[in-house]
Amino acid sequence: MLTRNYLLAGAAALAALSLAGPAGAQAPIKIGELNSYKNFPAFLEPYKKGVDLAVDEVNAAGGVLGRKLEIVSRDDNGNPGDAVRVAEELLSREGVSFLIGTFPSHVGLAVSDFAKQRKVLFIAAEPLTDKLVWEAGNPYTFRLRTSTYMQTAMLIPDAVKLNKKRWAIVYPNYEYGQSATAAFKKLLSAKQPGVEFVAEQAAPLGKIDAGAVVQALADAKPDAIFSSLFGADLAKFVREGAQRGLFKDVAVFNLLAGEPEYLDPLKEEAPDGWYVTGYPWSEIKTPEHGKFVAAYQAKYKDYPRLGSVVGYSTVISAVEAIKKAGSLDQAKLIAAMSGLKHMTPFGAIEYRPIDHQSTMGAYVGRIGVKDGKGYMKEWRFVDGKDALPSDDEVMKMRPKN
Amino acid sequence: MTAVLQVEGLHKAFGGVQAVADVSFTVSAGEMLALIGPNGAGKSTCFNMLNGQLSPDLGIVRLEGRDIVGLRPRTIWRLGVGRTFQITATFASLGVRENVQMALYSHAGRLRSMLQRFGAAFRTEADALLSQVGMLDQAERTCGVLAYGDLKRVELAMALANQPRLLLMDEPTAGMAPKERVALMELTAGLARARGIAVLFTEHDMDVVFSQADRIIVLDRGQLIAGGTPDEIRNNAAVRTVYLGGTH
Amino acid sequence: MTLSSILIQLLNGLASASSLFLVSAGLSLIFGVTRIVNFAHGSLYMLGLYGAYTLIEVLGRTPLGFWSAVVLAALAVGIAGVLIEVLVLRRVYRAPELFQLLATFAVVLVIKDIALFAWGPEDLVGPRAPGFDTAVEILGKRIPSYDLLLIAIGPVVLAVLWLLLTRTRWGALVRAATQDREMVGALGVDQAKLFTSVFFAGAVLAGLGGALQIPREPANLDLDLAIIADAFVITVVGGLGSIGGAFLAAILIGVAKAFCIGIGTVDWFGLEISFSKLTLVVEFLIMALVLVVRPYGLLGKPQAVQRIAAEPSPPLTAPTWKMALVWMAVLVAVPLVADRYVTILLTDIVCFALFAVSLHFIMGPAGMVSFGHAAYFGLGAYAAGLLFKQAGLPMEAALLLAPLCAGAFAIVYGWFCVRLSGVYLAMLTLAFAQISWSIVFQWDSFTGGSNGVLGIWPSAWLADKTTYYYLALACCGLGIAFLWRVLFSPFGFTLRAGRDSPLRAEAIGIDLRGVQWAAFVLVGALAGLAGAVYAFSKGSISPSAISIAQSTDGLIMVLLGGVETLTGPIVGAAIFTWLRDEVARRTEFWRAVMGGVILVIVLLFPQGLVGGLKALALRWQEQRA
Repeated sequence: MLTRNYLLAGAAALAALSLAGPAGAQAPIKIGELNSYKNFPAFLEPYKKGVDLAVDEVNAAGGVLGRKLEIVSRDDNGNPGDAVRVAEELLSREGVSFLIGTFPSHVGLAVSDFAKQRKVLFIAAEPLTDKLVWEAGNPYTFRLRTSTYMQTAMLIPDAVKLNKKRWAIVYPNYEYGQSATAAFKKLLSAKQPGVEFVAEQAAPLGKIDAGAVVQALADAKPDAIFSSLFGADLAKFVREGAQRGLFKDVAVFNLLAGEPEYLDPLKEEAPDGWYVTGYPWSEIKTPEHGKFVAAYQAKYKDYPRLGSVVGYSTVISAVEAIKKAGSLDQAKLIAAMSGLKHMTPFGAIEYRPIDHQSTMGAYVGRIGVKDGKGYMKEWRFVDGKDALPSDDEVMKMRPKN
Repeated sequence: MTAVLQVEGLHKAFGGVQAVADVSFTVSAGEMLALIGPNGAGKSTCFNMLNGQLSPDLGIVRLEGRDIVGLRPRTIWRLGVGRTFQITATFASLGVRENVQMALYSHAGRLRSMLQRFGAAFRTEADALLSQVGMLDQAERTCGVLAYGDLKRVELAMALANQPRLLLMDEPTAGMAPKERVALMELTAGLARARGIAVLFTEHDMDVVFSQADRIIVLDRGQLIAGGTPDEIRNNAAVRTVYLGGTH
Repeated sequence: MTLSSILIQLLNGLASASSLFLVSAGLSLIFGVTRIVNFAHGSLYMLGLYGAYTLIEVLGRTPLGFWSAVVLAALAVGIAGVLIEVLVLRRVYRAPELFQLLATFAVVLVIKDIALFAWGPEDLVGPRAPGFDTAVEILGKRIPSYDLLLIAIGPVVLAVLWLLLTRTRWGALVRAATQDREMVGALGVDQAKLFTSVFFAGAVLAGLGGALQIPREPANLDLDLAIIADAFVITVVGGLGSIGGAFLAAILIGVAKAFCIGIGTVDWFGLEISFSKLTLVVEFLIMALVLVVRPYGLLGKPQAVQRIAAEPSPPLTAPTWKMALVWMAVLVAVPLVADRYVTILLTDIVCFALFAVSLHFIMGPAGMVSFGHAAYFGLGAYAAGLLFKQAGLPMEAALLLAPLCAGAFAIVYGWFCVRLSGVYLAMLTLAFAQISWSIVFQWDSFTGGSNGVLGIWPSAWLADKTTYYYLALACCGLGIAFLWRVLFSPFGFTLRAGRDSPLRAEAIGIDLRGVQWAAFVLVGALAGLAGAVYAFSKGSISPSAISIAQSTDGLIMVLLGGVETLTGPIVGAAIFTWLRDEVARRTEFWRAVMGGVILVIVLLFPQGLVGGLKALALRWQEQRA
């Protein structure tokens, strides 16, 4: 919890040392990071740990362009107005080179628009909204995380395979849930003509009336359910649904529900057999992931969550962009980001020149329960580039310039 | 003398309880009419029907010949009825002079302006009214800090600001020291006579009533049981029963 | 919906009504007796859930363990309530009305960070209730037996409360105090003890409401604000201080929500209407309807007229021209000497200053507290953004027209609001704000839905941050000057007069409602101007600008600076914005630090910062003289 303070203190000490040190020691490269730390702590505390881990590793390996790396973090209070203000503060007072971070869609979009106005690079870490790189895309914004559309698309093959006719949908009533629902309906209808959507429930974020929603879905007698709930809403939905027998003989697809942030709190009640996207951290045996987990556990004595991977990879993206650009010039940085390829714990990714979306993939699988805990079984990794629409479609959505 | 206020057959019931029943009386210009009666006799109900706070179930209230039943208090005020309250109602955060000026501005229809500065106009008029009620020396003070008796005077000044034809005073001396009471009512009576204002007041203090009223009407359980000069009332058997060991 | 699903949804509604009732009954008790708008009540509820979770872990998942954990958690929350009352609120009872709200807001911030520190960021899913962990079949549908238990607990608690209130001396005192606070003082009752005991009872109810939810809801850090709005709505819909009313209202709202969900999406004449989306706002729609028809809620009574106003508001003093000019000169000079970010922060402060001054205008001198002032700020911001983006107007025109749009909404909302008074009025303003928020939030094609409107940047000649700061300073400075000017005009005096004595105002021919309505529109337009200036300074606008959080910020600014002074709201806006910026940057637990700082201010300056400093200055002068 206190790592950020220690880090800041350490950075300050370093800065003081470097000032007093021999001539030629350069000031660190600063990158501005903003996020809704107090609004989404379950995701963002591990995220912050991932960020700090990456910074440690980069600096241990000699920094970037011969300079130390420093991430200056700010809380944006989950509010676009505050986010734009702290972004200004990072740029004009802290003198950061560019911006990374953000979690909720509306904050991500506001900061993206701000980056366009200020003509600075912005690497969006977590906002899932498709608009960020498509309808509202701009030359200065890049996004790391697998978007709503991509994650939805990754679930479609399994959904098509089951060939269920009657689908019910439940989603948190804001951008993420709405676009997940829209993408799911569009993609499934295309692949499986004649599919019916028999019920649709929009629950206020964090305030789902789970009993009533479960009942309403059950009344529609669906063969399958698509949900994009997460956090407390998901936990309530799972428990009520199980108690009321909603999931009996019904296939359930739930975005994000395999992420440890949202799966672990369910403990032994994790819904067996659900199709989810997530992060089976203990079972991924690739060398790049193994190295990440080992370093993470050594530093924090805790296992990584998905947020940790996102935080870690965002910093790596930023560092690789600087290395490739060879300078902190915005035009060069942006040119470097476009088509930038590097390794992450999830394997190699590329920031696509066409829409600035990274090809970071996600794990798709089913939930199982073992030793009173939920885990992901039958999982496979889906590369992000295989879950994106055709270039023509992307070009149509993305504004010219 | 012409009747300024004419009340005929006033009725009001609250949930089956007849609070005021068939009350009729008149008040003339320059006359001090006292409405008395024991607690719960219906005096306040009666009063509140006269200035529009309550609407009667039945009956006629005429102000200088015009039916005012169903009109709002603020409309009735514009027709020339001033009012003081049993519990003083003044603007506590404003100054004494400003309180009176509020009434004067309102009378002149000049309260809507958003850009003028309040307080420049009607200063002399306000001071004149304040000096009539003996409050000029406190004109700069805030109403919230005044003694109760002084607030009553400010209320009187405000009630006089629209040159009323009729003054309705509900318990005007309640909460005042006995000496102050007579002084305030003497003041009122003097102004009423000088300006030809009809005054209807309720009062508990019988000294005040019998020394200041020209005429007295007595209300008991919602009905008028007597009316006449102070002397007549003093000797009225029914009134004596009500006040001295009647059924209450 | 079939008959059986109607019945089940009814039961669902009743089950969720149960906890809502407990929390609201506590809130109603506390408000009835102490007249404190207890913002921290939701935090007590949240502590109930966390407490129950931990205690069950300790005592074991047996029936005995579970139920003793629930009871102990409720009692522990009761003690937390007593601590809040004794340590904080008791010291500020004599402060101006609503000032205690500021204290309870600070408590919310502190409790949230304490919970984060103690229980961590992850949601904690508690166990099911032993013995009530299965479902019961009714008409072929399954409903958790625990829900049926909750349905029974509601009336039982109602009955217990009713007995307490009608059959005990404590209850008689509570009822008397709810009716008429002064009378209790006159009866020689120890008011401090009564208040503490009422706080204990109210907090126990909140804690119990929370603890009983543990089998239905994971303990998490968003529960406090999620429940507090609902609890206020239920308290007001039921009628302040009326426990039976709270019970009715909880059922009404619980069941209405369940039915919105049950009805789902329907097709009416080719128009698809999603009732499930209505769950976003249904409680506020109900509140607006109830208050329009019944100004004191379902079972509330008009509050006894206070014989003597608690403390008459002190007279207002106008800032002198000299002071205003000095300050203006300082503000104009800042960008010349300070760094770029100071200018940006000042732009925010200037916008919030006008927002706070417009709120102060309506809640101070006009005596109408608004809990939903962000409606006008946000609608102004949206009007600016939409006129610019959708209608394609030049930025300058959009900026000028935005206040008129906000004012137009204030015409409609104000017409209803001025018919009410006190907390009822405040809650109706909140209802309108929430209704506006939900429409903006939901209307994707026009307002951009939850994402908001992007790309609303000022024209090229204003793009420079310093230039824009001067524009903001000019707009907001003129707005503030105008509002202050109005306060000293006949119109402004009429508003103050109407606040002091509506009776006297009417008796000297003033159409008070008309004047108050006009004031509503005026401040609505100026809050809208603040919002429009804000929107163009940010380049985007999202529904957060209309949210409860934004309205609350406004209240905090006004109260922090001091509601009884003119400059208070400006100082409040500046301190609050600056403090949040500064504290959030320097510490991890910035909410707790922020809450702590506000508490210190509350305890040191019960008249707000400016009021307190003025009093200090006065005392100093007197001592010198």
